[in-house]
Amino acid sequence: MNTIINQEGNYNPPPLGDGGMDAVVVKNISKTYGKKKEVQALNNISFSVNPGELFGIIGPDGAGKTSLFRILTTLLLADEGAATVDGFDVVKDYKAIRKRVGYMPGRFSLYQDLTVEENLNFFATIFNTSIEENYDLIKDIYVQIEPFKKRKAGKLSGGMKQKLALSCALIHRPSVLFLDEPTTGVDAVSRKEFWEMLRRLKDQGITILVSTPYMDEAGLCDRVALIQKGKIMSIDSPEAIVNAFPYPLLAVKSVNMLPLLNELKLYDGLKDAYVFGEYHHAVLKNDNAVTGLKEYLEAKNFSVEINPVRPNIEDCFMMLMKSVSSEAQKQDV
Amino acid sequence: MNQTKVIITDKLTKRFGGFTAVDAICFEVTKGEIFGFLGANGAGKTTAMRMLCGLSFPTSGKAMVAGFDVYKENEKIKQNIGYMSQKFSLYEDLTVKENMQLYGGIYGKSNAFIKQKTESILTELDIKKEANVLVKSLPLGWKQKLAFAVAIFHEPEIVFLDEPTGGVDPVARREFWNMIYNAAATGVTVFVTTHYMDEAEYCNRVSIMVDGKIEALDTPHQLKQTYNAGSMDDVFLKLARKAVRTGD
Repeated sequence: MNTIINQEGNYNPPPLGDGGMDAVVVKNISKTYGKKKEVQALNNISFSVNPGELFGIIGPDGAGKTSLFRILTTLLLADEGAATVDGFDVVKDYKAIRKRVGYMPGRFSLYQDLTVEENLNFFATIFNTSIEENYDLIKDIYVQIEPFKKRKAGKLSGGMKQKLALSCALIHRPSVLFLDEPTTGVDAVSRKEFWEMLRRLKDQGITILVSTPYMDEAGLCDRVALIQKGKIMSIDSPEAIVNAFPYPLLAVKSVNMLPLLNELKLYDGLKDAYVFGEYHHAVLKNDNAVTGLKEYLEAKNFSVEINPVRPNIEDCFMMLMKSVSSEAQKQDV
Repeated sequence: MNQTKVIITDKLTKRFGGFTAVDAICFEVTKGEIFGFLGANGAGKTTAMRMLCGLSFPTSGKAMVAGFDVYKENEKIKQNIGYMSQKFSLYEDLTVKENMQLYGGIYGKSNAFIKQKTESILTELDIKKEANVLVKSLPLGWKQKLAFAVAIFHEPEIVFLDEPTGGVDPVARREFWNMIYNAAATGVTVFVTTHYMDEAEYCNRVSIMVDGKIEALDTPHQLKQTYNAGSMDDVFLKLARKAVRTGD
């Protein structure tokens, strides 16, 4: 188990640990913070990630995404539960894990006063390799910042910092890559480009765990875990999560959108209604309610455009959030 | 409808050495309008906003904000606008009430005003019980709503919101926009930047900056027609992909 570092230059992952074939296994992990453990960051989380999978952890700030990543990259100990990465235990085998994973934290964590090239060299050297040896893996990404290789990392723009950080996380050919909110605060164009880069890395066989608060990015993953308040609400392919949406969903539009929303909320057959871009989304209790809606709104003097729509991940996320919180309320009573 | 212009810019420009961050932008914002200010990273949004907030002098061009000149009356501008960003807005180590007292005091409001306004915000946000709780212990969604309430505590004419909803869950994000609508209905002008393209749909008008210039400015509906796009996301991609310069 000693020759973890791959010296050949072609992709040839070292032997796995004895914890099974899955790239990542998380079993009943819990994590609290505070003297009285008053902050529950992760609450009994379990899931596993297949080798070569692009797996998304989707949830808002404070959902527990970073705690989870820090536990899996052996930088934080869980209170309870167990986890393995490539079959290695995150507590017992932390050294083996550190050699084989790449981690890009949410906050820019490279050396600001080293140049682009120096940073990359530094990380290559620490992992006992060189830029040349693994250049083919980072080439796509690195060529975009190579013209600035003599510039100090602290002087780079946000987009360039992101590319450098990804290059540094990849320079030792990790078998599992952890990316914590790589696209937060990044504009829509750069976000698209970043996801295209991830697809290409996946094609090279690297397992990728990526977290994001942007629900629209879920569709770009093989599978996603929707996480909120330290709990996983659903794990599946984006397609399957959308298909499991249990109610009819309509997009409704009129000239006066705000009064329309208020009127929708008073409709008997309504489960939920909320703004959604240029439309309102109306979640209805059943198909009868769908037929009745147009009549109801026209009786209230709204001239409306109503179309059935396929839910997206954000619809599903809100539905799950609301059902989780109403269950919690029931338990409190 | 009141057609008072609360922001007027005319060829507003900012250069840093040989680099033109903001390149002769011209636009007007009407009182009570929700104005979306979009652009890719590095397009010049922050620089433009800093000039409009009286924090940075333009290199050339003109701008009036809340009736004041950005060159000569920048201190007056600061008193008449509110500002909130996702990165910083509230003091985490002060309580909910203390934050409101601090901001009210900074803007020179009387004790009576502060007391009455504090009460009404606590009621409106339904956080009376949390009045004496440290801000850092509040959930993120609440913090964001409170930050917005504090940004308009002194009843400014215009409030600048710089990516106010980043990282917030989808339900809280919608509650936040509800607050924006309510504020706009009382006549506050809202100037907002966002990376969420569905939020661009909630604005009355949207401008899109590319390489320091305003490439497009219209209602979301009209923009989609002009650029033959199905959504604001498409409009944005079509325009922002033209950008030559990169980064922040």
